[in-house]
Amino acid sequence: MNSIKDRAALIAEAAKQMNKAVYNDAHMKKNITPRHELQRTNGKLVTLEEAIKKSGLKDGMTISFHHHFRSGDKVINMVVAKLAEMGFKNLTLASSSLIDVHEPLIEHIKNGVITQLHTSGLRGALATEVSHGLMEKPVIFRSHGSRGYAIMSGELHIDVAFLGASSSDSLGNAAGYSTSPNAKSICGSLGYALPDAKYADKTIILTDDLVDYPNQHSAISEADVDYVVVVDSVGDSSKISSGAIRDTKNPRDILLAKQAAKVVMNSGYFEDGFSMQTGSGGAALAVTKYLRQGMIDKGIKASYALGGITSHMVKLHQEGLIDRIIDVQSFDKVAAESLMNDPKHKSVSANEYAALMEPGAATHFLDVVILSALEVDVNFNVNVLVGSDGIIRGAIGGHPDTAMDSALSVIVCPLLRGRIPCVVDEVTTLITPGSNVDVVVTEYGIAVNPNRPEVKERLEAAGLKIVDIHDLAAKARKIIGDPAPLPFGDKVVGVVLNRDGSVQDVIKNIVG
Amino acid sequence: MEIKTAMAGTLESGDIFIQIAPNDNAGLHIDLDSTVAYQFGDQIKKVITETLQGLGIDQAEVKATDKGALDCTIRARVTAAAVRATGKDVWAD
Repeated sequence: MNSIKDRAALIAEAAKQMNKAVYNDAHMKKNITPRHELQRTNGKLVTLEEAIKKSGLKDGMTISFHHHFRSGDKVINMVVAKLAEMGFKNLTLASSSLIDVHEPLIEHIKNGVITQLHTSGLRGALATEVSHGLMEKPVIFRSHGSRGYAIMSGELHIDVAFLGASSSDSLGNAAGYSTSPNAKSICGSLGYALPDAKYADKTIILTDDLVDYPNQHSAISEADVDYVVVVDSVGDSSKISSGAIRDTKNPRDILLAKQAAKVVMNSGYFEDGFSMQTGSGGAALAVTKYLRQGMIDKGIKASYALGGITSHMVKLHQEGLIDRIIDVQSFDKVAAESLMNDPKHKSVSANEYAALMEPGAATHFLDVVILSALEVDVNFNVNVLVGSDGIIRGAIGGHPDTAMDSALSVIVCPLLRGRIPCVVDEVTTLITPGSNVDVVVTEYGIAVNPNRPEVKERLEAAGLKIVDIHDLAAKARKIIGDPAPLPFGDKVVGVVLNRDGSVQDVIKNIVG
Repeated sequence: MEIKTAMAGTLESGDIFIQIAPNDNAGLHIDLDSTVAYQFGDQIKKVITETLQGLGIDQAEVKATDKGALDCTIRARVTAAAVRATGKDVWAD
């Protein structure tokens, strides 16, 4: 005889040895609710207030957000207003970036709801207030790659992540777009939100389009999601392509873009199968347009385009000039829709995009990156964060990540913006060290880092006007005169971390 | 010198908008709003003052809205506003 009853003693013994319980069928009860109904009644689907309560969020903890909707973002202001209403204090807010639309945070900081910020950038009234000393604790600034790594390694521990998504099912399979007829918003890639979803203690998805399970295109998996909250709107998609990522019509930007395209084409890296990225800023984004003709003329195709993806990149991809697109952030609606529809256009998490310690990060295999700058100095150091008036007005973004990892980094910036010099003796704040910056393109000539003599030779051979960067700085000074020293105070309002986690620079407050 | 209200310039980036009006009190009073006030505020006021005094105007109320204009632009806009305010064409001779 060998029935299960006969084996009961052996089962009990095996369970004891393995320190496990013996299976008891009496505990089993099937849920017979129709599954379509079950989707809507599962315990993950709650209101924002319930989600916050259930998450276990306490005063002093760290909350996080992404900025994929850029100036159209509605999640940060909505959530922080709710947290303020619920009486939370002393929270640390870690967003992938903060933009002009996040001005309401000023009041929440003054009221003690938010007492520290971690971000890649800061713009608008919030940035101005912070620069004048709004906060007790300095803002911690990281690049996108280093934010991803800091979250993964635990250096930046996130207690509760609040992540906006353009679609989600009730279990939390979420995406930056929606294929349902009820789609309200689209932001494309959720690359900056992926480390948060994965490593936060609790992850709350906010969505304006609750779709039927399973949301198959999801970027964020339900396995990483604790609660799903339906809201009226997570963001205004029409405002994504504004500010730093507008499409330029400025003739000077176009001149800079044309020159930068010539630099790329003659740099020695313009070979079939090369990979490329353009950063934000009108001139940098416009370079793609002018590279296109060169690629057609020479029969050169790119293996992949990386980064903030624009409609220009998508166009080249659709024309067969770029094989694949790796998208950490969709810079416009065309890019977001391409991500939704095109199997060769994939999103990537911030870590796999640009973390120093991630061997497979896409930046490590990048040939050429074209980036903007607020200031470049005579040692090729770049500042993209703090204005020449000492006021924070930008974002680190992936600037140091891509400049360091690429084979060739090209900075495009005008010599002057109005009366503000862009080529200076020393940058106001050090963001990307000059050792990682290879070429600087201005409308008054192209400067090549002395540690890249072979690039200089190639560009000269192509007939491009190469100048000494010291001469550019001198020319700027001659036109605008000598600026008065900035009225910096003694308080540190910002700390800039290098990709390796070390402290690279500090930002002092501005007085008056 | 007798002056009336006049203006010159635009609010475009790289330009300066100058408004001149009579001043009841002695001297030049300059109210400057500039995007580069920290670095160049004193220099801009100096150029405005020198330009007006060079044209014989030492009593006026000046409102200047600067969008990062260079010194040459500032001189040109101040001169144009002064010509309109005084009716005296400095370029005529």
